[in-house]
Amino acid sequence: MHEHDVLVIGAGGAGLRAAVAAHEEGADVAMVTKLHPVRSHTGAAEGGINAALREGDSWELHAYDTMKGSDYLGDAPAIETLAQDAPEEVIDLEHAGMPFSREDDGTVSQRPFGGLSFARTTYAGAETGHHLLHTLYEQVVKRGITVYDEWYVTRLAVTDEDDPADRTCHGVVAIDVKTGEIAGFRARQGVILATGGLGQAFDHTTNAVACTGDGQAMAYRVGVPLEDMEFVQFHPTTLPSTGVLISEGVRGEGGILYNAEGERFMFERGYANNAGELASRDVVSRAELTEVNEGRGIEDEYVHLDMRHLGEERIIDRLENILHLAGDFEGVDALEEPMPVKPGQHYEMGGIEVDENGETVVSGLYAAGECACVSVHGSNRLGGNALPELIVFGRRAGEHAAGRDLGEAEIPTGRSDEFETDEIGSPVTLGEAGIEGEALADGGPTLADPDAVVEAAVDVERRRVDHLLDRDEGVNHAEIRAGVQRTMTENVNVFREAPGLKQALRDIRAARERYADVAVTDPSRTFNTDLIQTIETRNILDVAEAITIGALAREEFRGAHWRAEFQARRDDEWLKHTMLAWENGSPELYYKPVDLQGEEKEYEPKERSY
Amino acid sequence: MSTQVPEQETETEQTEAEAAQSPGADRRAAKEAERREESAREAAHEAEERDRAAAENTYHLKVFRYDPEVPAKQEPRFDDFHVPFTKGMTVLDALIYARDHFDSSLTFRHSCRQAICGSDALFVNGKQRLGCKTQLADLDEPVRIEPLPYQEVEKDLVVDMEHFYDQMEAVEPYFQTNSLPDGELEEQHQSKENHEKIKLSTRCIWCGACYSSCNIAAGDNKYLGPAAINKAYRFAMDEREGEEMKQQRLEILEQEHGVWRCQTQFSCTEVCPKDIPLTEHIQELKREAVKSNLKFW
Repeated sequence: MHEHDVLVIGAGGAGLRAAVAAHEEGADVAMVTKLHPVRSHTGAAEGGINAALREGDSWELHAYDTMKGSDYLGDAPAIETLAQDAPEEVIDLEHAGMPFSREDDGTVSQRPFGGLSFARTTYAGAETGHHLLHTLYEQVVKRGITVYDEWYVTRLAVTDEDDPADRTCHGVVAIDVKTGEIAGFRARQGVILATGGLGQAFDHTTNAVACTGDGQAMAYRVGVPLEDMEFVQFHPTTLPSTGVLISEGVRGEGGILYNAEGERFMFERGYANNAGELASRDVVSRAELTEVNEGRGIEDEYVHLDMRHLGEERIIDRLENILHLAGDFEGVDALEEPMPVKPGQHYEMGGIEVDENGETVVSGLYAAGECACVSVHGSNRLGGNALPELIVFGRRAGEHAAGRDLGEAEIPTGRSDEFETDEIGSPVTLGEAGIEGEALADGGPTLADPDAVVEAAVDVERRRVDHLLDRDEGVNHAEIRAGVQRTMTENVNVFREAPGLKQALRDIRAARERYADVAVTDPSRTFNTDLIQTIETRNILDVAEAITIGALAREEFRGAHWRAEFQARRDDEWLKHTMLAWENGSPELYYKPVDLQGEEKEYEPKERSY
Repeated sequence: MSTQVPEQETETEQTEAEAAQSPGADRRAAKEAERREESAREAAHEAEERDRAAAENTYHLKVFRYDPEVPAKQEPRFDDFHVPFTKGMTVLDALIYARDHFDSSLTFRHSCRQAICGSDALFVNGKQRLGCKTQLADLDEPVRIEPLPYQEVEKDLVVDMEHFYDQMEAVEPYFQTNSLPDGELEEQHQSKENHEKIKLSTRCIWCGACYSSCNIAAGDNKYLGPAAINKAYRFAMDEREGEEMKQQRLEILEQEHGVWRCQTQFSCTEVCPKDIPLTEHIQELKREAVKSNLKFW
């Protein structure tokens, strides 16, 4: 068994920042990650990092923009923490050598982004995430932090008291991808989940193949609630054939959207009379799909994003990467013609319920970055707010796990008797199907010895993997995964209505039942990606179901969540977070109030227009 | 092998026979019936797909296979796959199709699908390329897909990257400076020219294509190689690190297995998927090293 003070699971921006922070607190830190750190999907982030750095801007303005962007479903303590800490984090990155784009005087450049009242998005070309990822990994190398790369964490080792609030996380179980060895990792102080997104639940996504919701599903299964999962961001500008992202930076620099009739529809069709193309992402995505649905799309599928008028020099200076992406993945020379774009799954606003110190209701278990829900983004994330979230909350989780006193968190975690519960009227049974209920380590008596908890989890995992490998006949994971991706994209997309959502639940149920018969064909223990993807697919099933339950439950239109039957935001009833708890293999739905009380003022929900 | 339809009939019969003996047999039998129907539908679908593929356009892939553990794969071999072609299909798309439809044990690294994670550098028709960034339509058939040369093969198209990572980490690949500004929230300044100078070098995605293409690295295991030298260039040329640090970096680069080993064959530059002028960067460091030696002479 491996043993460290703090284990960080996943090595993208949040994980790397957490590891550096915990190391600086003096902890013995190790990262366990299914990809080598530089392969992480943070590297694909393009646009930038919001931080109030300059005269005329302030953290209060950044917080206000973020709260408005969240459609008043973000929690004020989380949003204010983000806005307050982002400037220091950005300057720290600069001091670590990150090659930010510069002004003539040598200072870090900032550009306008959607939903921002000030041009506060710092950036490094259109490859900001790549530079952030590499800069942070350099800091991990510099400190000699142990990295177990290509080790896939498949299970959390958590005690099994009845109430999740009484449980403790003592470590994880992981598979060494190279050899197939299954090993326990004991964490003396804390486990930080930083596993990123879940875009693979959809079939048109900007997310990497590795973004399979592993952290969300693992936390859910040990009793940590998932929060606001129905809020999925569909980015308005992705390439139609592959889902490759075209940065919001293109519109930030002045790029224009046109429909098939050559209309600048954001203005001409009245979607956003003030901000136009720079309205919030949910607004622009809905506008594009409305254009297509009303017959003004190009080839009935997409719209055009034109940046030619910016001129070659400016494009090369600030958006060069976009030229490569459009050329390599869509065959379009964006200096000569407009780029075809359509909405694609991009980001999950919801996730593992944590407080502003990154801690979950289970003692010793933390989460940060996209897999977590603090909640900063509420029902819609602003462009340029994901990267600061990674570093601000990655750092806090790392520091807290390593024992630093960050003060008591204001955001509550876990369930209270006062919370309202709900049922969604699902047409099918929800939750586990056909395989043993796996809420806890092993269903046995509570183990007092932390090593024993980890060992018990290792045993369960060995049996699971042996079972998957030994089975000779069965269903292949790829077809189960493809089926879920199809129904999610068809029914749980930008526009949602009850019959479609129910169909998605039926399809997910059928997929769960088929998964009970899943088998791994590749008999090898060496680099068995068939096995890894089979395990990932179950995580996809869990998160897809959670998203759909939330979407059916929430009977209103807020931020990224649009419902045909409910065309307005309903603050009197729905100013609350959707919470899902995994109780003995079946999801239970309840609600937690939103906290709009800031340090100095209470945020008043207003109508959101751009 | 690629276009065989799975023998669905036999498979389901076996499972049914097993199910009949276990408790809950009815439920399982019902599920099996459902599954059989599904399988039949899928078989029909696959047959359809196969016919269409045969009638229309398929691409012929020859893919390197090896697994140290599986007897049939211990002797390296090439497998043929005929993948239905769709416009814009990349080498990675074709591999994913072959794996998901024909052979789920086909193994290769990949993640982002957009040339930024650097996972899928492969040897395609005799050249190092990123699978996700290489259009099938640009290649002659059969498309020969092999793991990166000069690295130990772990399985199929997966090579051991440890040595490459060791070389990357041998050049102190992190920013070091003695002159951080004192003021609160004050950044270091960097001129636009200097930012421009290092810009191309910072694009490296650690894919290893250059290293695999380099004859010198193939013969000298200790040679830092183009990617690691480029990483050092990125810092040595960054004015924010300062002159003192630059000298320190040049000392590392001047060692026996450093910049002087490069014979300017430009193979690294030719294969770099991010168009980094690697050979030029190495040459420039050689000049810097000479200049700095003359200065102290």
